[in-house]
Amino acid sequence: MGRRRRSRSGLERRRFLQQGALAGAALVAAPRVADAQAAAPPAQAPPPVMTHAAEGAAPADVLVLRDEERAGSDFMVDVFKSLGFEYFFANPGSSFRGLHESVINYGGNRSPELITCCHEESSVAMAHAYFKAEGKPAAIMAHGTVGLQHASMAIYNAWCDRVPVYVILGNHADAALRRGPEWYHGVQDAAAMVRDYTKWDDFPWSLTHFAESAVRAYQVAMTPPMAPVVMVLDGGLQEHPVPRSERFGIPRPSLPVPPQGERGAVEEAAKLLVAAEYPVLVADRMARTPNGMTRLVELAETLQAAVIDQGSRMNFPSRHPLNQTLRARAAVAEADVVLGLELVDYWGTVNALRDQLHRSTRRVAKPTAKLISITTGDLYIRANYQDFRRLQEIDLAIGADAEATLPALVDAVKRLVTADRRRVYEERGAKLTQASRAAAEAARVAATYAWEASPVSVARLCAEVWAQIRNEDWSLVSSYYSNDQTNWPRRLWNFDRSYQWLGHAGGGGIGYGAPAAVGGALANRRHGRLSVAIQTDGDMMYAPGVIWTAAHHRIPLLTVMNNNRAYHQEIMHVQKMCNARNRGVDRGEIGSQLLDPNIDYAKLAQSMGVYAEGPIENPNDLGPAIRRALAVVKKGDPALVDVVTQAR
Amino acid sequence: MMSWVSAVAAFVLVAHVAAVAQTAPAAKPAQSAAPPGRVDAGGALYKKVGCYQCHANEAQGGLSGPRIGPNLFPFARFSEYIRKPTGEMPPYTPKVLSDQDVADIYAWVQARPRPPAVNTLPQLAP
Repeated sequence: MGRRRRSRSGLERRRFLQQGALAGAALVAAPRVADAQAAAPPAQAPPPVMTHAAEGAAPADVLVLRDEERAGSDFMVDVFKSLGFEYFFANPGSSFRGLHESVINYGGNRSPELITCCHEESSVAMAHAYFKAEGKPAAIMAHGTVGLQHASMAIYNAWCDRVPVYVILGNHADAALRRGPEWYHGVQDAAAMVRDYTKWDDFPWSLTHFAESAVRAYQVAMTPPMAPVVMVLDGGLQEHPVPRSERFGIPRPSLPVPPQGERGAVEEAAKLLVAAEYPVLVADRMARTPNGMTRLVELAETLQAAVIDQGSRMNFPSRHPLNQTLRARAAVAEADVVLGLELVDYWGTVNALRDQLHRSTRRVAKPTAKLISITTGDLYIRANYQDFRRLQEIDLAIGADAEATLPALVDAVKRLVTADRRRVYEERGAKLTQASRAAAEAARVAATYAWEASPVSVARLCAEVWAQIRNEDWSLVSSYYSNDQTNWPRRLWNFDRSYQWLGHAGGGGIGYGAPAAVGGALANRRHGRLSVAIQTDGDMMYAPGVIWTAAHHRIPLLTVMNNNRAYHQEIMHVQKMCNARNRGVDRGEIGSQLLDPNIDYAKLAQSMGVYAEGPIENPNDLGPAIRRALAVVKKGDPALVDVVTQAR
Repeated sequence: MMSWVSAVAAFVLVAHVAAVAQTAPAAKPAQSAAPPGRVDAGGALYKKVGCYQCHANEAQGGLSGPRIGPNLFPFARFSEYIRKPTGEMPPYTPKVLSDQDVADIYAWVQARPRPPAVNTLPQLAP
């Protein structure tokens, strides 16, 4: 790469802007184009590129940073370090080369450390799951055009999941200074592409502007409802020197306390819950921190109320006797009070939609059931993308953060509970315990069917994995299937810690699972947790390069392929159309299968330096293979077992 | 892209059907009322017309459909539901699945092997 030629006057103009001076003043100070063209500068200080005079000018001397200078991106690293970023996920790109170099040299590649990714979609998904495992945001770096285009689906996932991902984009705003490729990577308004599904963005013009916006972006991202934010960093601002004597302030981030429900409304909710005969507590994006699950357990046990964990977060222990998730619809139908905690889809919780040729809906909850909602979803809504779902009439809507409100609600409930009510609760709790035990036992029995079948049943696969990890400090880092409530791990495994379940993609975009598993495993590595992914094949094929990322960075992760050789959910949709149109269903698999040739995931992983076995078709070979792979993972490396499975 | 949103919605009703199927007392199939079916042909049809997509390869039930055998439903109920499902399952008309086809599939479902007792499987220890 050739070094950019630059006039002294242009350099001074840059410095002036970086020091936070008014842009208007800079315009006065900068030479006009006509002046620059008229006065041919000396060879030692060539004119700016893209001028007539520059065409015939000799090459400039190599320009390096002087001892009394430092790069603008060095200061950027200071700011990012102040925010506590531990990782930057990135596929390298020249529009952020200045920042890249500052991270690895000036910053020592420590906090933040660069994680090399093979696709920007993987970068974002890794940062997405990293946050859910660690509770701290990570940043990604990408080109403002092509990189962001790759990243956009994953950003949409994170936005739908209300997860803060800090997106840093490189861009060259000054058209007079762009190299050839930078024209493709240059854009007037980079963040416009994702503004519908990010919470805030900025394109700072100076380092002072950068510092304030970088901290503001962090604060905005981390304030519930959380969401991705975008910082567009000009290439010039990153690369041009600034005097070391210049001091730029780094604002201290001030994270707002999450909003707690209004006292009167919380007490009203408590009255309804205490008086209810069959209250049901439904949680979805509720548990922001481990404390969320603790508080929900306390509320449920105080009331002896049924709990449904809809699975966007790890809200409630899967084997708690009050957990009625495996019989969620029956519980809602019985409820006289429903408390929704950060529900993504309240309407879908108390209603059902039947997807046939003519779609129909029906109310599942009793018409008289009182509906209470506590959610920050009421505080934030966007128009274009329709993730807000159908409007549900609510009897008591509390616009607040549910986890932050739970302590007050628990206190209010405890104040109102009488001895008489406590006796009622004990009877209710006993019935719920019986029901949850019956559901759990039914799940175990259901898993026995097709136990010896080949391809391997998904239940058998999950049972074999569970048998190997149940005594470990494990974390299921894969999003697994889209339906989180009743998938096999949730039915068979004992989830009782906040990091054991990381929720799902958010927006339903496939390709999240594999990189999210690696991002979650990276977070788990420092805690010594055993990370496990049950990895679907269709998802893996979106960006399998993430296997290499896991190997390169020594991220221990046991990946067990749920290799059913098709996009089976899509086959079901096409099949539904075949049936509805009465044309026969024997061709419904066309376009959705991953056969002919079969994909060898073990070889794929081996090619990237990962220990792998398979494909395994005999279920009795599965346990020993998992044990061997687990031994590799326990030494600190990733491993993969490819299992040929049934459809779903 | 997969539409998991619709899948979740779809699952709700199917799960209800599954719950009914899995919690109801196992009805004795009215074998005498079932027309003669061919097990092998039924197995091929089960795959060909996509039953396995929701109900899994051995009719044991999957993420989107309940277990349907063996020994769960009498033929009349089995057949009626295929023609006029009340949940998410798509209807199969006689044009795409003849009465004999339904009988063959029923025979194959009824012939599925019984599973091992749950307490004999250490992988499923509670």
